[in-house]
Amino acid sequence: MSLNLTRRAALAGLGGALAMPAIRPSFAQGSPIKVGVLHSLSGTMAISETALRDTVLMMIEWANSKGGVLGRRLEPVVVDPASNWPLFAEKARELLAVSKVDVTFGCWTSVSRKSVLPVFEELNGLLFYPVQYEGEEQSRNVFYTGAAPNQQAIPAVEYLMGKDGGEAKRIALLGTDYVYPRTTNRILRAYLNSKGISDADIMEEYTPFGHSDWQGIVSRVKRFAGEGKRTAIVSTINGDANVPFYRELGNQGIKAEDIPCVAFSVGEEELAGIDTKPLVGHLAAWNYFMSVPGAPNDEFKAMWRAYIKNDKRVTNDPMEATYTGFRMWTQAVQKAGTTAVDAVRQAMYGQKVMAPCGYEEEMRPNHHLTKPVMIGEVQENGQFNIVHKTPTAIAAENWSPFIPENASRRG
Amino acid sequence: MLRILLLLAFLAGALPAAAQDAFIEALPGLAGAFGTQAEAVERLGAGGDPRALPVLRALSDGQLRKRDTLIILPNGTDAATGQPADAAGAETVRINNRVRAALRGALGRLQLVSANPDERLAAADSVFRSRSAENIAPLEAAIARESVPRVRERQELALAASRLVAPDAAVKRQGIATLGGASSEDARALLLEARATNPDLAAEVDAAVAAIDGRLAFKRAAETLFQGLSLGSVLLLAALGLAITFGVMGVINMAHGEFVMLGAYTTFMVQEALRGIPWLLPWSLPLSVPAAFLVAGLAGAVLERGLIRHLYGRPLETLLMTFGVGMILQQAVRLAFGAQNREVLSPAWMQGTLSLPGGILITQNRLWVIVFSLLVLALAFAAIRLTRFGLEMRAVVQNRRTAATMGIRTGRVDALTFAFGSGIAGMAGVALSQIDNVSPNLGTGYIIDSFMVVVFGGVGSLVGTLVGAMGLGVLNKIIEPWAGAVLAKVAVLVLIMLFIQRRPRGLFALKGRAADA
Repeated sequence: MSLNLTRRAALAGLGGALAMPAIRPSFAQGSPIKVGVLHSLSGTMAISETALRDTVLMMIEWANSKGGVLGRRLEPVVVDPASNWPLFAEKARELLAVSKVDVTFGCWTSVSRKSVLPVFEELNGLLFYPVQYEGEEQSRNVFYTGAAPNQQAIPAVEYLMGKDGGEAKRIALLGTDYVYPRTTNRILRAYLNSKGISDADIMEEYTPFGHSDWQGIVSRVKRFAGEGKRTAIVSTINGDANVPFYRELGNQGIKAEDIPCVAFSVGEEELAGIDTKPLVGHLAAWNYFMSVPGAPNDEFKAMWRAYIKNDKRVTNDPMEATYTGFRMWTQAVQKAGTTAVDAVRQAMYGQKVMAPCGYEEEMRPNHHLTKPVMIGEVQENGQFNIVHKTPTAIAAENWSPFIPENASRRG
Repeated sequence: MLRILLLLAFLAGALPAAAQDAFIEALPGLAGAFGTQAEAVERLGAGGDPRALPVLRALSDGQLRKRDTLIILPNGTDAATGQPADAAGAETVRINNRVRAALRGALGRLQLVSANPDERLAAADSVFRSRSAENIAPLEAAIARESVPRVRERQELALAASRLVAPDAAVKRQGIATLGGASSEDARALLLEARATNPDLAAEVDAAVAAIDGRLAFKRAAETLFQGLSLGSVLLLAALGLAITFGVMGVINMAHGEFVMLGAYTTFMVQEALRGIPWLLPWSLPLSVPAAFLVAGLAGAVLERGLIRHLYGRPLETLLMTFGVGMILQQAVRLAFGAQNREVLSPAWMQGTLSLPGGILITQNRLWVIVFSLLVLALAFAAIRLTRFGLEMRAVVQNRRTAATMGIRTGRVDALTFAFGSGIAGMAGVALSQIDNVSPNLGTGYIIDSFMVVVFGGVGSLVGTLVGAMGLGVLNKIIEPWAGAVLAKVAVLVLIMLFIQRRPRGLFALKGRAADA
């Protein structure tokens, strides 16, 4: 299956690179619209980002099957920035200046987004960024289709402190050492302080990317929990370091009933490599789960399985955000009647899409989507049991009121 | 069985007749929202009705189904009436952590009288966590009847925990005294919680906590030591192969980590191949060890014969070339297996924790990795010291020309030595598949650490590698609580740099002519 997949990707990439002319009568006159795909296909982040590359390719196939956009065929241009942050900027410049793409879907880690940001602003490109992140950013050249902290991190901690979540009074903030976890934890600390949880009841620890020896940290969390107050873990651990972390939680017998752990970067895809039995009851906060009931999600899942030709592959939140962003972009291009960046940007504001999460999401002028917040518990089969969701989609606060120097900025 | 029946009869008799209906009344609550469910579970557990046990068990296993307020057991009967129920359109009852915590308490209380000592032990632990004053009577009854000492010990702790929340101060004091004899973080947490709600008992609580802290200090030191040895054993495994290819042969092999990765993927392949043979599947890990040795060893032999032998004496070119080979291997594996992590299952005998006297907890998989690393070390040592191949290898290292004149085929020995070192790296991959991710970049995380250990321990010395690995592991774990995981690593690297300044040849420097070769 994986061989198949890579061959498809290679073909798609080749097709893009050579800019093969379309000999299909079904499309009207006009050159193809070029769609850049800027996701790591090798290195540490490949585990998460390859699925996003496939999602974009799936959406291009979908759009072409409907006669393209503005009667023009869509054509992917796939590049591999190889989990190398400076290379992201180079590849972005290549996409914009050499391949002259009309729109780009890409990036996962915040550090890669920060790396390409100046390039997109300088060359007036258009980037769709599909992953939840720390906020404190708003570029006119980027549309953020993932969650801001108030659409994920803060509601999750609120849940932990509520009756259903176990009324936690002490919080351990564990994260990978880079900009997203550090900023998110800074926001969370300020939020917890405002809720009467003092610094003595907050533990904060960071580890490098790909950390695998969690024994010490997990036993320190146990000790931290031994102070007579309900304790919970908030994890911003990213990438494949999660696997040994959860394994250690299981091995040291930390049950979700005693010390629940809520994660912001662990979805169905990440759980695919873990034995989930010891993890039942631990939580994740997202804006979409594969287990969401309803027709929009069934349609999305069926589309993905048909495209990837594998019934075992799962869908996850960033894939859903890519899907939603792509559909919004096609709607905006139809509305603008052109792919010119400035016109599409104006047309994007107010676009609505019925997203697979079962809510209608709207692009606000602050370049962020309205999104529902969902909290799920890990089940034995690696899927999430949704235990809490907001009644409506909520607007993003990309400038957090808990970061004093930016609190006055409003999109 | 008889014991259960007797007790159930006792419980049923002791309860007012209304309690029988309490079961029926509580049942529909299980179909409600999480809060209602938790309440219903508590009522079912408190009622002590024999019909509650199968319902709660099914709920906990995710086997209970509902249609509106009708609760259906896994065998298809209506839980309220015991009659066969129409299961069409029924859905599984879902629970969350809050319900799960309530379930643990309720099931624990019902299972205190189980015929199986392991179940009674688990029940005592559950009741310990879900403590409530209502547990005191059933616990006292259970303790009076208990014959297994280890179960009784836990039951007494559970009783003490429940006594802490009793209304009577004298009963509370009893509980504090018993808990003061425990040596677990949980007991400490309960005591501190009681201290917050009972300021008048602060003095007793403080004394009990101090007693626990004394025992915990020893336990923590022991656990830190174990964690250090565990990290050390991982370093040892990763570095052993390198101690041979770099330490003995002097080849700077940057693709060493990729041989480790090949070993881990071999483990995955063996596991997949054995999926069709269920009785052999639990043994896939031991079977992977020789397989990984062969696969990585073969790859090593090909690399040595094909490329490295042309570059002997040119370390910089070797470094660059093997670095390239490493990247090729990584990408090849990524193409063949995909970028996703592969799941290697842990056999049952490697899961969970082992508790030693004094409450010291040791994770099984880490323990096995320590044992395995020492076995591999012994194997490497024996191969070098006790076999003809080892003798030839040492001869070639000491003086290539003289060895050749004695009839040793030095080229063949080079290839075998390199293959042996690579094979050991492959065996390390089998162990690492249990504690790290089986992904194409598995090896990159270990290459720097491996060189660090070999250089620190003394190039060319297996004993040095052992002492170096274990020393660095323990040092890392001692620094970690103060400095955090990132700074601890930095601190260890700085210390090694300072050490190498003083002793460039490492801990166990080779002496004599061999050292200059």
